[in-house]
Amino acid sequence: MSMSRLKVNIAGVVMKNPVTVASGTFGSGAEYCELTDISKLGAVTTKGVANIPWAGNPVPRIAETYGGMLNAIGLQNPGIDVFIKRDVPFLKQYDTKIIVNVCGKTESDYIEVVEKLYDVPVDLLEINISCPNVKEGGIAFGQKAESVEHITSQIKKYAKQPIIMKLSPNVTDITVMAKAAQAGGADAVSLINTLTGMKIDIYKRCFALANKTGGLSGPCIKPVALRMVYQTAMAVNIPVIGMGGISNAEDAIEFLLAGASMVSVGTANFYNPGAGVNIVEGINEYLIDNGFNDVNQIIGLSGKW
Amino acid sequence: MLKSSGYITFHGNLQKNVQSQSVEGNIYELWIEVPDIAKKAMPGQFVSIFLNDKSRLLPRPISICSVSSDKTSLRLVYRVTGKGSGTEFLSTMPRGAKIDLLGPAGNGFPLDSTDTVLIGGGIGIPPLLEIMKRLKGRRRAVLGYKGGSPFLKDEFEVYGRVYTASDDGSIGVKGTVMDAVLKNEIDLNHATVMACGPLPMLRALKEYCTLYDIKCYVSLEERMACSIGACLACVCNTVEKDSHSCVNNARVCKDGPVFPAEEVVL
Repeated sequence: MSMSRLKVNIAGVVMKNPVTVASGTFGSGAEYCELTDISKLGAVTTKGVANIPWAGNPVPRIAETYGGMLNAIGLQNPGIDVFIKRDVPFLKQYDTKIIVNVCGKTESDYIEVVEKLYDVPVDLLEINISCPNVKEGGIAFGQKAESVEHITSQIKKYAKQPIIMKLSPNVTDITVMAKAAQAGGADAVSLINTLTGMKIDIYKRCFALANKTGGLSGPCIKPVALRMVYQTAMAVNIPVIGMGGISNAEDAIEFLLAGASMVSVGTANFYNPGAGVNIVEGINEYLIDNGFNDVNQIIGLSGKW
Repeated sequence: MLKSSGYITFHGNLQKNVQSQSVEGNIYELWIEVPDIAKKAMPGQFVSIFLNDKSRLLPRPISICSVSSDKTSLRLVYRVTGKGSGTEFLSTMPRGAKIDLLGPAGNGFPLDSTDTVLIGGGIGIPPLLEIMKRLKGRRRAVLGYKGGSPFLKDEFEVYGRVYTASDDGSIGVKGTVMDAVLKNEIDLNHATVMACGPLPMLRALKEYCTLYDIKCYVSLEERMACSIGACLACVCNTVEKDSHSCVNNARVCKDGPVFPAEEVVL
């Protein structure tokens, strides 16, 4: 079955389909490759990687909530050197694009990672300026327009690959941040990262997470994410990668219609390891059934009515 | 670290799902016919059960209690953790229901010990039954209960001597499993200890085994999301740098749940 109708182009990188996995939910693919065919994904977006190993937060790091979950992993990662040596060669065995999520505590941390990736065969860099669970860096760069534009322009100076700025929904107006990223030279934006939330154990009378707060994800956030993706797609002219609670093809199609050029599947991987692949197949069927011969025909279509 | 075996997701057939016969009202037992997992399952490994209920997304990791003699079915003995919990939902699933699960996950207990003392506390008792069954040589068990009825005790007794303790003194020694070890003067020298239970119990046991230079394995529990080592939710502190992130935080689901006690910081 030909799926050429699913091809999309994000900042000059041609993906065989518009489906990737959300950073942090899929590691670097090594664990999920036993459960699903990662060559069927348009791209794999890897877990955030910093210049040096990060230990992350104390446990409990997750808590389930109604139709979703909270996490405060705190970006545990082995650092860029191990990532380049171990994870990139692993992913290169598969027929999929590689989007590397980059995190840092300071501007120079981000730049160090980006510089080390200069000659590494990865396709896109996603810059995490929106993690709500780390004390330094992360979201600190993502909540003011001036700092979003500044860090984007600084990273852009050193990056060989196109950069995607990953935006936080924990702001008054996400379109302001998206426009700032665009002004700073971003090649694309991705949204939304998780919404800051909380859960309390009423019997232990304490916070469910050691970090007290965590990022809310899963189907419960989808309407919020969809609204923000729509607003952002209307506000900028760089590609928007949409995510937030996508668990099936119908969800993904909503995001495409809202203006996302690509979608990411996150929390759904935990309860359906084949979610990404199912969504690719479902989008293809939808296009056939509804008389479209190119997925690009439906991107942003809802906004044009 | 022990080597992890591959896991797959499977559709199982729920054969039986009943409240335990014991007085422990919140302990349930289920049998799932799932030959592909059952034939590979090793003692101490776990399965993750997908509830297929969209309000409760995450799979429930539950240790394997035993495998049927024909290796077609898994038996899980689990505690319903509260009102509205996923385990409560699981306990209401009827016989014949199709159930999705992933497994066998994680690393189990070593099988080469010839003199073993298994120490289980509360809902940490069921994960020790299959290893009690499969080990060769001398096997003893020390089981700690809250009170009420000593669930699974008679099944452990088929394979070796069983000592008990309970918080209220209604079963065996009044106190903890450590009290049972001391009061019964159980000689742990030359034995290998394998334990599963609450963290304070594992801490006390690790301290004791370190003091007397006794080999000890502990099975740990932590909240999990993916249960395959990708999400890094269920970590435990380790003495050495872990192989995945190089930060002294091993993954309970993938690198454990069974660890040599000297490798983890409890």
